[in-house]
Amino acid sequence: MTEALQRTALHAPPPATAPEASVARPLIRIEDVSLTYGRGERKVQALSRTSLDVPNGDFVALVGPSGCGKSTILKIVAQLLSPSEGHVFVAGREIGAVDIRIGMAFQNPTLLPWLSIRDNVMLPLKISQPFRSDWRRKKNGEYRDRADALLAKVGLGGFAGHYPWQLSGGMQQRASLCRALVHEPTLLLLDEPFGALDQFTREELWDVLQALWMEQKPTVLLVTHDLRESAYLANRIVVMSARPGRIIVDETVDYQRPRSIETTFRSDFVELNHRLRSLIFEARAAGSGAIPAGVAA
Amino acid sequence: MKRWYKERFASTALIVGFFLVWELACVAFGISEIVLPRPSQIIVTLFDRWPALVPHTVQTLYTTLVGFALGVGIGVVIGMIIGSSRVAYDVAFPLLVGLSSIPKVAVVPIFVLWFGAGTVPAVLTAMVISIFPVVVNVATGLATTEPELEDVLRTLRASRTDILVNVGLPRAMPYFFASLKVAVTLAFVGSVIAETVAGNRGIGNMMLIASANFNVPLTFAGLFILAAMGIGLYLVFAAIEKRVTGWANRKAELAMG
Ligand SMILES: Nc1ncnc2c1ncn2[C@@H]1O[C@H](COP(=O)(O)OP(=O)(O)O)[C@@H](O)[C@H]1O
Ligand SMILES: [Mg+2]
Repeated sequence: MTEALQRTALHAPPPATAPEASVARPLIRIEDVSLTYGRGERKVQALSRTSLDVPNGDFVALVGPSGCGKSTILKIVAQLLSPSEGHVFVAGREIGAVDIRIGMAFQNPTLLPWLSIRDNVMLPLKISQPFRSDWRRKKNGEYRDRADALLAKVGLGGFAGHYPWQLSGGMQQRASLCRALVHEPTLLLLDEPFGALDQFTREELWDVLQALWMEQKPTVLLVTHDLRESAYLANRIVVMSARPGRIIVDETVDYQRPRSIETTFRSDFVELNHRLRSLIFEARAAGSGAIPAGVAA
Repeated sequence: MKRWYKERFASTALIVGFFLVWELACVAFGISEIVLPRPSQIIVTLFDRWPALVPHTVQTLYTTLVGFALGVGIGVVIGMIIGSSRVAYDVAFPLLVGLSSIPKVAVVPIFVLWFGAGTVPAVLTAMVISIFPVVVNVATGLATTEPELEDVLRTLRASRTDILVNVGLPRAMPYFFASLKVAVTLAFVGSVIAETVAGNRGIGNMMLIASANFNVPLTFAGLFILAAMGIGLYLVFAAIEKRVTGWANRKAELAMG
């Protein structure tokens, strides 16, 4: 009953008087999170009192100079790291208390070399609940079909039985996207997933990702250092300062979907990129006292 | 493909050539069979004495394989414990290297003291000697697993067991099989030495008695049997390794195909 009420509230048009209350309850709330790597002499403060809300169903891109703590944020949200200070809430409760399904893709495809592409993609179904309970029964039927269908969507239809080393980097990255999405995660974490690819492959994969997102509508947190990528894919671009990273700009991007490469030639798209670029430049300049130029480059 | 055949042909020719030179040198320099028998003599002896040699061969094979199996079992367990965390690995590795550099055959007299002469010391020596390569390799395979691969599993809320079964063990397989090839060869060394020092059966014991009787061709026949068994077991494990862990050798395979 309460849930039904809440749901209507989420979808209700925002009342003009109270914009604060209209913001959907964030799926992820990062509150004053700090994180320090190592101790003593080799201490590195990666995050210092960073806060960020990601509403349910949103597509947020996180950009910033390299080494500013973007990956660290993703790792905290994925519970691969725990913050030294501060709190992270998922669906309103302290992280760890709620189990949400997470899909994650990294800059490297990180496919398991001893498994076929299909078996790699099916891995989340083997490990995470509720799929895990039916693994034995469905691995040669439903799950297999699901993996194959997803692979076909990203253009890897004929490669399910191949091994990772038989595929090019771009193909491996497609497979890794499939693995991140096969269990229909509530939250999709992408850490520079296209960073190592050439421009054409990258732009192709933007469309693949956009199509998959429009279909499944997971909440996405995408880390990238490519401004065009962030503007092309995200609903919101969050810019971080140099280390220790803090959020300095939060920009909404409301181009209609599906976006296409044509979108990237529009004057407002180009203008947005220019603006973000100069903001990041300023952020780097501001941080240059703290970090050697080589690290920031 | 062509190159592969050429290499095969060359190594076969080298082996045949080795025995030919041996044979001819013995004839040319008139070397007495008490010093170095000709390969043809050794093979004739091998066939003549075969019925008497079989029980010794079986005995050596038996002690080797039992000791090897025990050693591998124990080695895998210890290797998994040490490889389970980077810290355990870093802490235990120096001790491991230290222990494995002790000549393991030095334990034979101790085993004889405890268990008397016979089969038991041979089995135990083979076991002790084959534990270390397995421990070192399994631990290394587990401990050097890329953290990124573990992260993939951890984002899926995988338990430690899940990670071990799905990432750690498959990843350690090539290391494990590589160690089996080494361990089985070493196990032979162990059991033969134990048989020589304190056996009443087995090829090692047979060779000792034959040499005491100045039956040099028979001594060398024992050596041939050992070589054949060693090569045979090595090939068996190399073949298993290739089947099970082909993914780790993909480059070599590609080059051959
Ligand atoms: N495991 C680690 N140990 C020590 N320092 C680390 C570790 N991981 C990251 N750092 C440091 O923390 C800072 C933030 O790292 P990261 O979150 O990976 O940055 P990025 O924004 O490039 O993804 C960097 O300066 C990096 O050197
Ligand atoms: Mg990073």
